[in-house]
Amino acid sequence: MRFTKDHEWLEMEGDVATVGVTAYAAEQLGDVVFVELPEPGATLKAGAEMAVVESVKAASDVYAPVSGEVVGSNGGIANNPQGLNDAPEGSGWLVKIRVANPAEIEGLMDRDAYEAYLRSL
Amino acid sequence: MSDPVSTQGISESLLITPLHGAHVARGARMTAFAGYDMPVSYPLGVLKEHLWTRAHAGLFDVSHMGPAFLRLTSPTGEPAADHAAVSALIEPLLTGDIAGLAPGRLRYTLLLNAEGGIIDDLMIGRPVEPERQGELYVVVNAANKASDFAVVAAAAGQAAQLDRADDRALIALQGPEAAAVLAGLAPGVEGLGFMSFAEVALMGAKALVSRSGYTGEDGFEILIEASAAVGLWETLLTDRRVEAIGLGARDSLRLEAGLPLHGHDIDETTSPFEGALAFAVSKKRLKAGRMRGSDRLATEAGGSLSRVRVGLKVLEGAPAREGALIATIEGRTVGVVTSGGFSPSLSAPIAMGFVPPGLATPGTRLQVAVRGRAQVAEVTSLPFVSQRYYRPSSAPTEV
Repeated sequence: MRFTKDHEWLEMEGDVATVGVTAYAAEQLGDVVFVELPEPGATLKAGAEMAVVESVKAASDVYAPVSGEVVGSNGGIANNPQGLNDAPEGSGWLVKIRVANPAEIEGLMDRDAYEAYLRSL
Repeated sequence: MSDPVSTQGISESLLITPLHGAHVARGARMTAFAGYDMPVSYPLGVLKEHLWTRAHAGLFDVSHMGPAFLRLTSPTGEPAADHAAVSALIEPLLTGDIAGLAPGRLRYTLLLNAEGGIIDDLMIGRPVEPERQGELYVVVNAANKASDFAVVAAAAGQAAQLDRADDRALIALQGPEAAAVLAGLAPGVEGLGFMSFAEVALMGAKALVSRSGYTGEDGFEILIEASAAVGLWETLLTDRRVEAIGLGARDSLRLEAGLPLHGHDIDETTSPFEGALAFAVSKKRLKAGRMRGSDRLATEAGGSLSRVRVGLKVLEGAPAREGALIATIEGRTVGVVTSGGFSPSLSAPIAMGFVPPGLATPGTRLQVAVRGRAQVAEVTSLPFVSQRYYRPSSAPTEV
C-alpha cells in the first residue's frame, strides 16, 4: 500500500490501483454522511479532485494519487457512507484507476514513511 | 484529502473560556471560532453528539457568547419606574417590546441599524427581583459582542452602565432529559417556563439559569462564575444522561430547529421580515413608527418583500451548503443557501436560504447547485424538526 500527504492510499493489482482515504483521514472526517464518486471512464490527473466525502459539518475533496482512467467506483460506499468509517483502508475503498504512468507510484510514501509523516503533523 | 476542519492552531491571540482545559482533557477537537479556541466535537463525534442531544441531554460550553447587564446608574427603587427607565434606553435599538416584558421573562429580539437591517439577534431579560428592576440581562452573539456592546453602551450614555459578564462561563444543557438532570442539582428549576430565568444556587455558587437554548429542545442556559464552572461542568457530565457536545452539533441542531445564525442566515442587509422573524417585531411599536428603519419595515410588514428566508429539503444528491445557488426548476437563479448540511435526525440534506416570496410556499420545487450539478429541492416550513420547548399551561404566553 502507498500513501499521499493528503491521506489517500493506493494498492496496485496489475495496472489497476484501488484508492481510498486512510484511517487517519476517516478519523479526522468523523462520521461520513455522503460520498460522491467519479463515473467510470473519467480521466483523472494526479493531484486533481477525484471524489468528495462529506461529514455533518463539512465537505472534503479527495485527490487522485495517480493519473489514469476510472475503471470502477465503490457503489456500496455511496449507498452506505458510514461504511467508509468502518473500514477506510479496506471495504471502504472509493475508486479503481487504471494507472497511466506507473512512475507516479514511486513518488508515494510506503507505510513506514506515512506513519512517520503522521507523527510529524 | 482536503482538510475537513479549519485547524488554525491555538494562536497567541485566541481567547479561551473557563472550560478550555476541560475540553482538551476530554479529547475535544478544537478550532478557532469568534476569536476563541472552542470545541468542535468530542470523541463521540458530531453525528452521535447531535442525536444524543435530541434523545437525552447535551452539555455545551457557550462561554464565548456575550452576556452582560445593563444597569441604571441611579435607580429610584420604584420597580415599575426603574424597568421603564432602563427599557427606554435600549428599546429604540430593538424590534421587541422590552417595556412590556414581565418580571423574570426573557425575550428574543433583534438589534437594528438605521435601515432596519439586523446588526445582531439577542436575548433580553427582565430580572424577577423587585430590587433589580433597573437592570436588564442581555446576551448577544459571540462574533458581534464588541460592536453590540459599544452600540448599547453609547445608547445608555450616562443613564446606565453596561457590565459585561463574559468573564463568567455560559453553559447550555439541552435535550428532553435536561430538566430532570438539572433538577437533581437545583430542585425547582424544572418549574421555570420556556423563556423565563431566575437566580439559582448551583453547587454552592450563584447562577443565572434561563429556560432557553439554540437546539429546538427543552433546556437551560446557565451563567455562572468562572471559578465554579469546571465543577458544574464535570458534575453534570458524571450523569449518564449527559454528554459533552461541540459547536459542530450545535450548528446542525439549530439548523434542524430552523434557528438563524447571524452573519450567515441574517446580517445587516437582512430585515426582520426577510429573515422570517416577524414574531420578534412588536406590532405596537412598529405601528407607532418608533423603530429603526420603520419605513422599510412597515412596507415589508404589508407584504412588499423581495426575498424571504425559507427551509429547503434537498431531495437528491449532496448537502447544499452556504453559498450554493438556488434556482427555479427551469434553471433561473433566484436565491442563495445561507446555511446547509446534513440533518442527522432526518438522515437527509437540509438547508436554509433566501428566495422571492412567490417561491416561498412549502411544497414549491426548486433546484440547488452543488459543485455545478443541479439537485431538486423542496421548500419546507421551518423548523425541520419540531421544537420541544417547555410551556407550562400556567405561564404567560409570549409573542
